[in-house]
Amino acid sequence: MALSLFSNKTFKHGVHPPETKDATSKMPIRRFPFAPVMIIPLAQHIGAPSVPVVKEGQEVTRGQLIAKATGFVSVPMHAPASGIIRKIGNVPHMSGKMVPGFYLEPFPSSGQEVNEGTPVNPETATPDEIIAGIQNAGIVGLGGAAFPTHVKLKVPEGKTIDTLIINGVECEPYLTTDHRVMLEQGPDIMMGIKYLMRATGAEKTIIGIEANKPDAAEYLNSIIPAGMPVSVKLIPVKYPQGAEKMLITALLGREVPSGGLPIDAHAVVVNVATTAEIGRLLPHGRGIQERVITITGPGVKKKGNYLIPIGTPMRFVLETVGVEDNISEVFLGGPMMGPSISNLDIPIVKGTSGVVVFTDNEAKKRKEKIYPCIKCGACVDACPIFLNPSKLGILAKAEEYDTMVGQYHLMDCFECGSCTYVCPSNIPLVQYFRMSKGIVRKRSVKN
Amino acid sequence: MSSLNKTLEIKTSPHIARGVSTDMIMRNVVYALIPVSIFAVYAFGLSALLVLITAVVSCVLTEHLLCVLTHKQSTVGDWSITITGLLFGLTLPPNFPLWMVFFGGVIAVALGKFIFGGLGYNTFNPALVGRAVLQASFPVAITTWHPAFSTDRFSTIASSTLTFPFMEPVYDTVSGATPLSVMKFEHIAAKTSDLFMGLTTGSSGETSALLILLGGAYLVYRKMMNWRIPASIFLSVAILSGILHTINSQYPAPDFMLLSGGLMLGAVFMATDMVASPITPIGVWIYGALIGTMIVVIRVWGGLPEGVMYAILFANAFSPQIDNLIRPRVYGTSSRWSRT
Repeated sequence: MALSLFSNKTFKHGVHPPETKDATSKMPIRRFPFAPVMIIPLAQHIGAPSVPVVKEGQEVTRGQLIAKATGFVSVPMHAPASGIIRKIGNVPHMSGKMVPGFYLEPFPSSGQEVNEGTPVNPETATPDEIIAGIQNAGIVGLGGAAFPTHVKLKVPEGKTIDTLIINGVECEPYLTTDHRVMLEQGPDIMMGIKYLMRATGAEKTIIGIEANKPDAAEYLNSIIPAGMPVSVKLIPVKYPQGAEKMLITALLGREVPSGGLPIDAHAVVVNVATTAEIGRLLPHGRGIQERVITITGPGVKKKGNYLIPIGTPMRFVLETVGVEDNISEVFLGGPMMGPSISNLDIPIVKGTSGVVVFTDNEAKKRKEKIYPCIKCGACVDACPIFLNPSKLGILAKAEEYDTMVGQYHLMDCFECGSCTYVCPSNIPLVQYFRMSKGIVRKRSVKN
Repeated sequence: MSSLNKTLEIKTSPHIARGVSTDMIMRNVVYALIPVSIFAVYAFGLSALLVLITAVVSCVLTEHLLCVLTHKQSTVGDWSITITGLLFGLTLPPNFPLWMVFFGGVIAVALGKFIFGGLGYNTFNPALVGRAVLQASFPVAITTWHPAFSTDRFSTIASSTLTFPFMEPVYDTVSGATPLSVMKFEHIAAKTSDLFMGLTTGSSGETSALLILLGGAYLVYRKMMNWRIPASIFLSVAILSGILHTINSQYPAPDFMLLSGGLMLGAVFMATDMVASPITPIGVWIYGALIGTMIVVIRVWGGLPEGVMYAILFANAFSPQIDNLIRPRVYGTSSRWSRT
């Protein structure tokens, strides 16, 4: 059965790091306890931060709106637990900066009922009503990008979407949240697809899943409601297939134009956990207050997939699952793109898809010696968008930013890290490119 | 829970790596050259062994001393200089005077590699730079060949090998002619099977096509060599010499062309020098075709019987320009050619 879903179509290039998903892929999603204090930054998404609508000392119920969106590219925040707003001020953020946010103290004895809002009817709602509903639910891309989902669904004048792609690829090693969501939240996903198809006017939906999750593909394929134009495709395991552009190419054979958006290839890509959240929240008009996160890595004792309230401090998370004595590094998301953190007092946010803990053993395995580029071409063969990272690296060192942008397409790099992963000389290529892109952006703002 | 109060490392992603390092690649190239080297010693005896040892020692020593003199950390640990030394030794006649070997080794490293900035910056394959200088300086010694499988090869050392420094060598045995020079000047082709197994006269490393191909196959399997380069050279040589042989059977046939002389060693181990070859897949095909064409042109019409060394050096010089001109089409763009 799974075999019939398999298609060997994929994008070109890319890498295949060890998947290391076995430790958690069979662990059912388990609910996490409420932390004694929750930390809720106002900006958990790309775009304008939300604005508080509650006061210090105010009691809130779980799911209650506590900060409203400002503008279209913005989403509101909802209380992750019934409790009292202790403080509105600055809270620690993973960037190392302090950012505006709330401290919320949950009531220990509360039943933690979730607030209901205005339901959005999947059969009768207009596209704009659904888009508003998704924004009101505070939903952002749960795959890690944290871009407000409703913004992608708004089809601009003169453009069309023919295919809705549900991203169940989860190409980052270690992470198994999407895998578990697909196995355990199938009906929610189907309901979410219904909303998304109505909102975008897409004619068909393809659920893209990598071949290391045949159980999820089989299950989802078996519950597609009759008459719904949804298909499931199992595609070869390869990183970074979960990137929107790569997935569109893998499933549709189309390319997103340089500098363009998926909509320019008549497609929209939504993460599968985001889809499930839409399908679960909109029928009740609720806001998002928790998400599924894989807590794993050699440094974690009770590895697993947990449903964790947004705002739970990282320290509480790691205390609850237990860590080894020799931990050395904690990073959020997968090992290919996830940023590492030094401060455990930062909270779980909407975009946190995983928490991976490494120990001294992993640190020891890493080679620190950097050799000169030997032009072996491994990076050229890995780059999914056909850049020449070797040359770009040399140019970055020489600070030739104009040449990097003008002749070597620096701004097309989406920082997947495949080049650094394969580089035998251990050259921090993607790190150079992140920095160079930042400098180029800053300079263009100045001019 | 005390470990949660530890200071955590901050690393930028990716947090994992493929685990293949440059020194590991270089070490594996050395491994791949070991069978060829052992066969060279088996075929040519003690003289060849001394040539190989002198070549490696002179190269490694020169690099180390140059690093010390310029107050750099020694780079001999990355193994790339061992490859240069071994390859350099394998391109020389097995009875080549040791003092000349040493001189060539110093030149190969100093002028072929170090002056450009060391590993990663050399325009030309350093081993071939060393050999080219020797060819210009000692034209007789570098074209005088000791016959393979002589009976006393393990008991005596050729008198030419031990030539006193700065003296011209004296040859005591009848020198053998290489299949290429026999072809060039007498139009007689050696047996294909002899060429393939390495039973003919020639430089130490240019005899056994079989062992060279095995070494290359190992590196391709380990993804430490770009297979497109030898493939492109073989293809272009086969096609071109095939056409020429069909037109006039006096010209050597493709099988002879491919298996004789330094073509195998050059195509598999020297043209594939990562630093001196282009980086993009299409660029690499062009580079290989350029080498293949040059080899056929020099061998058929040139004054020398062999042209692999010059063909590779010639193509090395073009590599940066090939990379500049031939770029893969970037995802989501329409043009193959870069715009400024």
